[in-house]
Amino acid sequence: MIAYIVRRLILALLTTWAITVLSFIIIQLPPGDYVTSYIASMSASGVGVTEAEAQALRIQYGLDQPIYIQYLKWMGLIAQGNFGMAIEWGRPVLDVIGDRLTLTVVISVAAIVFTWALALPIGIYSAVKRYSIGDYIATFIGFIGLAIPGFMLALIVMYVGFKYFNANVGGLFSAEMADAPWSWAKFVDMLKHLPIVAIVLGIGGTAQMIRIMRSNLLDELRKPYVMTARARGLPETRVILKYPVRVALNPFISTLGYLFPYVVSGSIIVSMVLSLPTVGPLLLKALIAQDLFLAGTIVLMLGVMTVIGTFISDLLLMWVDPRIRLGKQ
Amino acid sequence: MHSEHKPLLSVRNLKTYFFQDEGTVKAVDGATFDVYPGKTLGVVGESGCGKSVTAQSILRIVDQPGRIVEGEIVLCCAKGTDVELTKLHPNSKEIRAIRGTEIGLVFQEPMTSFSPVHTVGNQIIEAIRLHCGISEREARAKAIETLRQVGIPKPERRIDEYAFELSGGLRQRAMIAVALSCDPRLLIADEPTTALDVTTQAQILDLLRRMQEQRGMAIMLITHNLGVIAEMADDVVVMYLGRVVEQGPVDAIFHSPKHPYTKALLRSIPSIESTPRVELPTISGSIPHPYNRPSGCPFFPRCPECIPGTCDTAEPTPIAVSEEQSVSCFLYPS
Repeated sequence: MIAYIVRRLILALLTTWAITVLSFIIIQLPPGDYVTSYIASMSASGVGVTEAEAQALRIQYGLDQPIYIQYLKWMGLIAQGNFGMAIEWGRPVLDVIGDRLTLTVVISVAAIVFTWALALPIGIYSAVKRYSIGDYIATFIGFIGLAIPGFMLALIVMYVGFKYFNANVGGLFSAEMADAPWSWAKFVDMLKHLPIVAIVLGIGGTAQMIRIMRSNLLDELRKPYVMTARARGLPETRVILKYPVRVALNPFISTLGYLFPYVVSGSIIVSMVLSLPTVGPLLLKALIAQDLFLAGTIVLMLGVMTVIGTFISDLLLMWVDPRIRLGKQ
Repeated sequence: MHSEHKPLLSVRNLKTYFFQDEGTVKAVDGATFDVYPGKTLGVVGESGCGKSVTAQSILRIVDQPGRIVEGEIVLCCAKGTDVELTKLHPNSKEIRAIRGTEIGLVFQEPMTSFSPVHTVGNQIIEAIRLHCGISEREARAKAIETLRQVGIPKPERRIDEYAFELSGGLRQRAMIAVALSCDPRLLIADEPTTALDVTTQAQILDLLRRMQEQRGMAIMLITHNLGVIAEMADDVVVMYLGRVVEQGPVDAIFHSPKHPYTKALLRSIPSIESTPRVELPTISGSIPHPYNRPSGCPFFPRCPECIPGTCDTAEPTPIAVSEEQSVSCFLYPS
């Protein structure tokens, strides 16, 4: 058991290192650098940039050096807890990200909780009452939810909210709270905005989860241990919930880790439509501007969170599944 | 032999069908037999002849889309009252009270018969607490005692282990302990030794016999293994395609089998006296496809003694050939 945890921990560290290299390479991949896109935006607004000025900028930001030197310098900065400057913003990267990362986590967790709270009971119902009217209705609505793009749903929700309830449903805070420092009132304000955001973000994944839960549970319902539980005289609800549902939940726990980045990257457009203060839109802007440090830091943070999430889900799995805990099949 | 006794369980013309899109599978199609207190009834037949579904029908745990369409199953309860099991709702309180306390069930595959994520003890204690209404601690003591009775060494430690930590033989012993934990008067053992190796098989059969002597319970032993039947059963029911084709005391079935199917089954057992290098007789043909059952006697396409014009058109009914033996075959005039 200890060996298992240690092995997972070493793997997690290795993965994190690989993520730093990969995220750096990926961000470097598009042709040009920050200066190129800076020149492009300057000339678009009618201001020319001379070759000498461009060269000076490159030296200033260290963009003239080979890639591996840039990588090592970046690593050196990170080791000191400094993630570099967001060039476009002229402020430290951590400053720019601010509480966006925390808010992203809050929104993602809310979306995941909504997805599970809805999908698991419906999935269980669909499996237990297979081919019933209820199963077909759940499947039908689920597929509609899957087919509607998130940004479309976001637009409809905003339109309906504005037209019929005269409410601005965009954003995570009311206008007067957006720039206020954190307080109880601001927290309550956020809680009020959270449900709609969670629903819009979570609805697409719900359909998928219903299908996964349904098929997982159908597999388990066929196993003999369900029948022996019934043969012991247990009430049907207890038979279903204690045995096959418990086993069918394991795959969900193992997906916990990568659910988070999945929600973040899948929600960039929705976040822009709803003007949510998450890292998604920030990442998109940084990538367009080829802002190396900002984009790199965000990708790195998402990667590290995935690794941590996976590590936690491994520990959880070990806790709930004795087959893993005791290292046997 | 049994005429002075009242059967513990009596199954009459039981029909359990599975209604599927492709057609109806008549898994059990008119099975009739009795189980007597303290005796062992062996139910024998090829795979797919409806042995397991019969057992599941008795406990009313047939999976969807299976349904009992006809027949009756009467259980003589401990209080002396008769209960018609087919009349009960499969999830009713009455049938749930019978499961475990009146009838225990042991399955073929002990590995998958236990939940992979719960300890053995958890599943035994759960059954005991459900039916006996005693405290957790008392139930645990009773569970350990039951595990000890079925011959599991160090039961106070084994009780907290998972099924996959036990060996195949111990697992099946634990399964028997679960089935016996609430002292049922009838134990249905559905191929209890099929997944085990031969020495373990013998031990498990021994155990079943010992438990039967100690507790005086009846056993309904389902198997395709005639050797197991010869060793264990008092009475035998031979099933083919969901029907009982022959039944009688074990000696009569083995020494003077009447139905051509029973004869063919017995011929296909390898014997220590048979001549070496001579091919073992097999039953020609194979079991008909479940959607495409033959009309008339279900066995006529494979029957060496088939009477053309009779067996393929009319269905034989059980005929008593002696006081205790009956057979469903046109070769025996009523």
